[in-house]
Amino acid sequence: MSRMQTFVGWIDARFPMSKLWKEHLSEYYAPKNFNFWYFFGSLALLVLVNQIVTGIFLTMNYKPDSHLAFASVEYIMRDVSWGWLIRYMHSTGASAFFVVVYLHMFRGLIYGSFRKPRELVWIFGMLIYVALMAEAFMGYLLPWGQMSYWGAQVIISLFGAIPYIGDGLAQWIRGDFVVSDATLNRFFAFHVIALPLVLLGLVVAHIIALHEVGSNNPDGVEIKKNKGDNGIPKDGIPFHPYYTVKDIVGVVVFLMFFSVVMFFFPEMGGFFLEANNFIPADPLKTPPHIAPLWYFTPFYAILRAVPNKPLGVLAMGVSIVVMFFLPWLDRSPVKSIRYRGPIFKGALALFVISFFGLAYLGMQPPTPLLTNLARVFSAIYFGFFFLMPWYTKIDKTKPVPERVTFK
Amino acid sequence: MSNEGVDTSRRRFLTAATSVVGAVGVGAALVPFISSMNPSARAQAAGAPVDADIGKLEPGALMTVEWRGKPIWIVNRTKQNLEDLPKNDPRLKDPKSDVSSQQPEYCVNEYRSIKREYLVLIGICTHLGCSPTYRPQIAPEDLGPDWLGGWLCPCHGSRFDLAGRVFDGVPAPTNLVVPPYRYVTDTHIRVGEDQGAA
Repeated sequence: MSRMQTFVGWIDARFPMSKLWKEHLSEYYAPKNFNFWYFFGSLALLVLVNQIVTGIFLTMNYKPDSHLAFASVEYIMRDVSWGWLIRYMHSTGASAFFVVVYLHMFRGLIYGSFRKPRELVWIFGMLIYVALMAEAFMGYLLPWGQMSYWGAQVIISLFGAIPYIGDGLAQWIRGDFVVSDATLNRFFAFHVIALPLVLLGLVVAHIIALHEVGSNNPDGVEIKKNKGDNGIPKDGIPFHPYYTVKDIVGVVVFLMFFSVVMFFFPEMGGFFLEANNFIPADPLKTPPHIAPLWYFTPFYAILRAVPNKPLGVLAMGVSIVVMFFLPWLDRSPVKSIRYRGPIFKGALALFVISFFGLAYLGMQPPTPLLTNLARVFSAIYFGFFFLMPWYTKIDKTKPVPERVTFK
Repeated sequence: MSNEGVDTSRRRFLTAATSVVGAVGVGAALVPFISSMNPSARAQAAGAPVDADIGKLEPGALMTVEWRGKPIWIVNRTKQNLEDLPKNDPRLKDPKSDVSSQQPEYCVNEYRSIKREYLVLIGICTHLGCSPTYRPQIAPEDLGPDWLGGWLCPCHGSRFDLAGRVFDGVPAPTNLVVPPYRYVTDTHIRVGEDQGAA
């Protein structure tokens, strides 16, 4: 035995290093027919690391105090060496996180990756998505600009719509009767400590659950049903080196796009950083037009479409909660869109159109025409989920092959 | 270890009892952490009344003062405004100010104010807490021909008339809140103290 092997053996006798490496990388067999859509999981992990690392360095100069916060962000941008880069990496990373997570979720939707036996993979993923929304929302208060302030005011007021306990709950979240220094200080604590810990824990659970049941693939075929004599799925290839190397290609392409935005369009025309947030928070004056950042606008449009406070909040809540139940709403005998019939494809197309439509409407000022349009899109959005048990059952399907295919 | 001669029901009881004590302990330990997030003594104490000089407020104009961190609007309504108010009644959710939490008793009247002209409101939308925009114009293009002046919330499009009363068909559930206030002199309002208080 070489010295290296002896050393590894010494560790393995005390900590399952080689075992973990094999289980999750070198002997984790993933289907060989992964396509473009399978980049976004590892990219999400990359962005998470980016957010944590840049976040740590931002806290070195940021001050969570309502009198100092706005100026400390400008100080980072102007006076701290490379501060502008670290901050833009963080702010661009926040939007990039939602881009890759939405694409990752859409992948799950089209290939049926949420279906049995991957229900818990999907639910852990949904919890990550909800934690991510909370993380993004709380992070957006920290620069203490006008949008930070009034966005927080609106979202916290959502809790006030809950009957009986609402007002007390909103006050408990704010720590004051209005959004104030106390709110900023605690959101800082949640944003930099509490939620990142929750997120990391959920990511570990998501991956452990995935590796327990194995990855789905664009054909929605279970590769574990077809094992060779060696007990390895015939259509499986070890994650490392095959997919680790493939993912590096994805990372390079992703970083090209990321860099273009970060260096040339860090505000992305108001999509990633809103113009009004370059004005310090003023508790006496709401900007003439306020809208959340793009990744919240579909849900915001649903909230606005309902002309009743508690019901509007309920509709918005349901629009997110309903996604948790996807594994049980889909009654189709097949998983992948490749073998589904025209009804599901039509429903999915309508859903995508309504999601983008709502995202657009959530950014626009509320006029009667646009509000009515938002109502139509909201109806389609909910119809996609609530009618799913029915239309997936009656839809025609094509026969699913025994083994995975390459297309 | 052998389980021979073990009184299992006794063991089960002890296990359950220990778990319950542990759970109660965890619950008790949560109390201080949860209460620490409530508004602190300092936040509760900050709430002193503020004074506003309305002597120079022209008819139709709005001024803003800050009270408990919230914007307080004072509007000097014109004669025309006051005459227009009843015209809105059929299109309002609560034209008679029946929801008692939204104004002090002495402001439950047609104008929701102590003196007819001067309206005092907390400038926070009862929907989700934005501060609505003052739109005193009559029938501007974007608000339609029936608009007789009032407030439009930029966030979710809630509409209020010039007495802070909410219109039907908008997300805000109730009228804008009239804070407690009193006249110290004819041109001097104190927000945060009730009429009749010293």
